[in-house]
Amino acid sequence: MAKKEKNFELSLNELEEIVEKLEQGEMSLDESIEVFQKGVTLSKELSKMLDEIEKKITMLVEDENGDIIEQDFIRD
Amino acid sequence: MKINKNIKRTVIGEGMKEALYSAFDNILTVSSVNRYIKEIISRDMILSNLWIRGEISNFKYHSSGHMYFTLKDENSVIKCVMFKNHNSYLKFLPENGMNVIVRGYVSLYERDGQYQLYAEEMINDGVGNLHIAFEQLKRKLSEEGLFDSCYKKAIPFLPSSIGVVTSATGSVIRDIINVLDRRFYNTRIKVYPVKVQGQGAAQEISRAIDMLNRLMCVDVIIIARGGGSLEELWPFNEEIVARSIFNSKIPIISAVGHETDYTICDFVADVRAPTPSAAAEIVMPEKQQLIGRLVELDMRLRNAVLRNVKLKRKRLEELKNSAVFRQPYDRVYQERMKLDILCKDMRRAILVRQERAKSKLNFLIGKLDALSPLTILARGYSIVKSIDDKQIIKSVKDTEINDKIKVNLADGDLECTINNVKGRI
Repeated sequence: MAKKEKNFELSLNELEEIVEKLEQGEMSLDESIEVFQKGVTLSKELSKMLDEIEKKITMLVEDENGDIIEQDFIRD
Repeated sequence: MKINKNIKRTVIGEGMKEALYSAFDNILTVSSVNRYIKEIISRDMILSNLWIRGEISNFKYHSSGHMYFTLKDENSVIKCVMFKNHNSYLKFLPENGMNVIVRGYVSLYERDGQYQLYAEEMINDGVGNLHIAFEQLKRKLSEEGLFDSCYKKAIPFLPSSIGVVTSATGSVIRDIINVLDRRFYNTRIKVYPVKVQGQGAAQEISRAIDMLNRLMCVDVIIIARGGGSLEELWPFNEEIVARSIFNSKIPIISAVGHETDYTICDFVADVRAPTPSAAAEIVMPEKQQLIGRLVELDMRLRNAVLRNVKLKRKRLEELKNSAVFRQPYDRVYQERMKLDILCKDMRRAILVRQERAKSKLNFLIGKLDALSPLTILARGYSIVKSIDDKQIIKSVKDTEINDKIKVNLADGDLECTINNVKGRI
């Protein structure tokens, strides 16, 4: 779980770097196409990550054995 | 009936007794009871002028200029009011947690049926105990390094699950959920309900943090509580909570009280949010903004690569259009032209030279013609040779009579025999 968000931030940074590098336009065409494809893949992955998280609000309560059980949170 | 008995037992004075007896037949109104109690209190010598020592809390400086607060000690509280005409003489502005000695009288506020102290004088009695305790714990933990920035953990950028330690009811959790909903609808929130004030609250908060750390089911924890007095916020100033926060492996955002309230919890936590809503804003980026950023990056990415391709194409076009490619034979043509010119020059030079040679030849031919023996012969001269043509006879001495000789004339030869020789004298 923790790994995933790290990926989001890192991937976002990576995408930014790619864009900046591309914008400087000092790459060979082959190189820039390669980098571009990587950027497109990253951008798709990032969008997917944003929608992947499933909405859920729960409440953690202890039962009589001291174990934590997860219940739906009822909003008032 | 019960109230009547009680009142009967506490009655003092004849006039009062009469008033009450007449009321026995009727049922009393709330107002009359309150008025009656007020009467009694106002007759008491002690209550009409007293000094009380206590700690101020719930202090409110009303816009009317009156001050409302409570005085408290470890076990009890009393409501107080200090009207404008009295508090204008104060040398200091009272504030929560301040230990003071107040002089005034106790009376009943009939409307609320509540007795209170009408303060007329107030003396500062040193710093409140809770404040001292707060400062002491703050100093101790600070010296231990619990507030050091090197221990602060970064809040994950896009937590997939957020733990909220707060009261399960009330506006705080509602505010947090609302803000999270607005910023990033599909968020996973796990609420860990705890008591947020009073006895045992600190233990519950501390346990919640420990538990979330054991379960490791969230990426970040928000500890939240709405505003309140120093006493109400006190659980968040307790060492047990501070220790749990410090030991937490999960990053913690503290959002306790109003923006102006600082708690120990705020100092130990990785991030302090001014309010619970602000905590929700800190913990979760706005989805819309993230999407916007992604879209922007995607666009820039595409534009950049297109521009790059365009740039390269332009350069290619430039190269293609450069003289070398546009007229690849240009050089050849030029060389050929040069060559043509040279050829022409050469030809002309040769012609000139030929012409010159020809005229020279003609001149020479003319000259030769002029010198030609034939021409001379034509003029009447002749050449005398031996008959065999071998030698030209230039002197009479070379011949003898009867020698055969040949005479060349312009139009032919004569073969002759010498008859006589006469030398010139």
